[in-house]
Amino acid sequence: MSRHTLSVLVQDQPGVLARVASLFSRRGFNIESLAVGPTEVPDVSRMTIVVNVEGAPLEQVTKQLNKLINVLKIVELDPTAGVSREIMLVKVKADADTRSRVIEVVQLFKAKVVDVAPEALTIEITGNPEKLTDFLKVMEPFGIKELVKSGMVAIGRGSRSISDRSTRPADKSGERTA
Amino acid sequence: MLLHTNERIYEKKAVMSEQITGAQSLVLSLEAAGVTDVFGIPGGAILPLYDPLMDSKQIRHILVRHEQGAGHAAEGYAAASGRVGVCMATSGPGATNLVTPIADAHMDSVPMVAITGQVASSSIGTDAFQEADIRGITMPITKHSFLVTNPDEIPRAIAEAFHIASTGRPGPVLVDVSKDALQALTDFNWPTSMDLPGYHPVTRPHAKQVREAARLIVESRQPVLYVGGGVIRANASAALLRLAEITGIPVVTTLMARGAFPDSHKQHLGMPGMHGSVAAVGALQKSDLLITLGARFDDRVTGKLSSFAPNAQIIHADIDPAEIGKNRYVDVPIVGDLAEIIPDLIAAVEAENALNNRGDYEGWWSQLDHILQTYPVGYDFPTDGSLSPQFVIERLGIISGENSVFTSGVGQHQMWAAQYIKYNKPNTWLNSGGLGTMGYAVPAAMGAKVAVPDKTVWAIDGDGCFQMTNQELATCTINDIPIKVAVINNNSLGMVRQWQTLFYNERYSHTNLHTDRIPDFVKLADAYGCHGLRCESQDQVDATIEKAMSLNDAPVVIDFVVHKDAMVWPMVAAGSSNDEIQYARSIAPEWGGDE
Repeated sequence: MSRHTLSVLVQDQPGVLARVASLFSRRGFNIESLAVGPTEVPDVSRMTIVVNVEGAPLEQVTKQLNKLINVLKIVELDPTAGVSREIMLVKVKADADTRSRVIEVVQLFKAKVVDVAPEALTIEITGNPEKLTDFLKVMEPFGIKELVKSGMVAIGRGSRSISDRSTRPADKSGERTA
Repeated sequence: MLLHTNERIYEKKAVMSEQITGAQSLVLSLEAAGVTDVFGIPGGAILPLYDPLMDSKQIRHILVRHEQGAGHAAEGYAAASGRVGVCMATSGPGATNLVTPIADAHMDSVPMVAITGQVASSSIGTDAFQEADIRGITMPITKHSFLVTNPDEIPRAIAEAFHIASTGRPGPVLVDVSKDALQALTDFNWPTSMDLPGYHPVTRPHAKQVREAARLIVESRQPVLYVGGGVIRANASAALLRLAEITGIPVVTTLMARGAFPDSHKQHLGMPGMHGSVAAVGALQKSDLLITLGARFDDRVTGKLSSFAPNAQIIHADIDPAEIGKNRYVDVPIVGDLAEIIPDLIAAVEAENALNNRGDYEGWWSQLDHILQTYPVGYDFPTDGSLSPQFVIERLGIISGENSVFTSGVGQHQMWAAQYIKYNKPNTWLNSGGLGTMGYAVPAAMGAKVAVPDKTVWAIDGDGCFQMTNQELATCTINDIPIKVAVINNNSLGMVRQWQTLFYNERYSHTNLHTDRIPDFVKLADAYGCHGLRCESQDQVDATIEKAMSLNDAPVVIDFVVHKDAMVWPMVAAGSSNDEIQYARSIAPEWGGDE
């Protein structure tokens, strides 16, 4: 099993998230994380989907995704040539005794305290999944009361954009000119 | 293309300036899409549509007795004619009754548009009366679906639905329209172009891949043309015949492809798969090159996948890129429309031949001829003098002839109809191959008869299947759709019983239908205004079929009371390797030749 990040450009239409999500479940794939939002192109949304799969079935799910009428383009992001980020909000136990130690860790990780209460601090941290895991490891002894993650978003490095040609007709027929 | 042919209609309608209802717009849209026949049942949510439908001069609406019948009729209509089949139902239970035929059309790539009424948009999501999220329910079994709540979007949704259903890999498209969208006023504008940036089926094959395929073909020694239903959907039978003849390569046609290549042709080895001929199954297993055309390596064809055609390289040509490499590793993938691929392949093979590169299949044919002669497809007559179901079906095919259309249900009678009727033309054998839907035969025959009224249409059905959808006989009688039904009545769920005989120690758990007592199919036929005939002995078979052929003023139902222990052979048991095919019970073929 290996982890893959798919960037999927879709038409921003009702039901498209259900179509994509149900296709993954129908073909037996577990989605590790899914984040969706608008892009620089009006009416086009971008999903960042992280899946854990073998090589061959990933090709099958990509082809099946491509058959969805509302899917415009699918790119598998190369982890070495892309930037991936996740945002996490964590509520950590922190009273008068421990607060300064917690804040010290927050500073080390370039995180941010976004709310202070007598018994807890709420911290915002952004980074790749490894950084977030490391941060939680250090925070655990203080006591984690609650946490929420955004799901990963990712983008390729360099000047090229995956949506350059995606809304133009005939983009999906790449096989023809390959 | 769709838009092109209907340009004239569009211009005519565009002149109209006054506002019309969404329902009127939907009727105009269906007319503009070229629809002439619709199968359906009205109900609350779709009622506004049925009012202007009554006035349409172009569209004949056939009122069925169950929505499943409407769906299968649309499928039969499409499969017999190549035109898009259309069915209609109201919201909630009307729509959910369409689920089975929609799934069936999805599995067998049938071009179909299903139109469903939906509760008013203000009520969607409130569990209103007869509300069902039919778009959500059918998402995994449609090629695409629309929920229309704005009347202005009706023409575009209909135009896109027909375009998507009929192009690329054909399939079912659902258009769910809310009641308020049907009632509201709108302007009718038939779209002049498609706005589907995510839909571009590849039809032109890659020239390099075609050349590579031609090279493998002339280099191979034991090639087989493995032909699937895609050849029929692509209307590529004539091209296939030419490809087979210029190369001399043996042909097998899958259950969905029966008729794609003439059964009477000497290069035809028959049907591969679980109940395929020994020659077809054996040829695939021993082949060094499968030229796969519009087939999908279904488990019923491959048997145990890991031992399927172990020595064969694979050329796989299909309109759907997702089929390529799905089940079997492919050496030469060709994505495109078979109607373009096969002619290109012919040209590429001819180019190789011109360079004196020619396939030598003489040794291969002598092996295959040996298998063909040793293991012809055939059956034994029951020893107790009861009627042989295979004989009945064989005689039906001969007497009715190759211009007839045959539909079937699912089970033993389906396999016998695939084995013992000689199909020489495409679109003459309609069945539920992928989903295996019992009850397909009668409504599909009804749809086929509407599409090709000049042809004799036979539904070959089992006594189990027949009881699932025979209410459509009423539709047939009332609407003057004189189909002919041959019920192969073995008193039981025959195929399930066969598995119980072979794999469950002859413990016949719930497969006895007691059809010998209830119902009386002749009386049932009579009740539906059909001609009812019964045949119980071999010497009456021809006379009964001929009698049925002579009756064209109403549907005919023949109750063929047949031997209940007849089994379908050859057989590859589920999950077994094709190498373990049994010619008859406990008889394995000896392959001979080089082994």
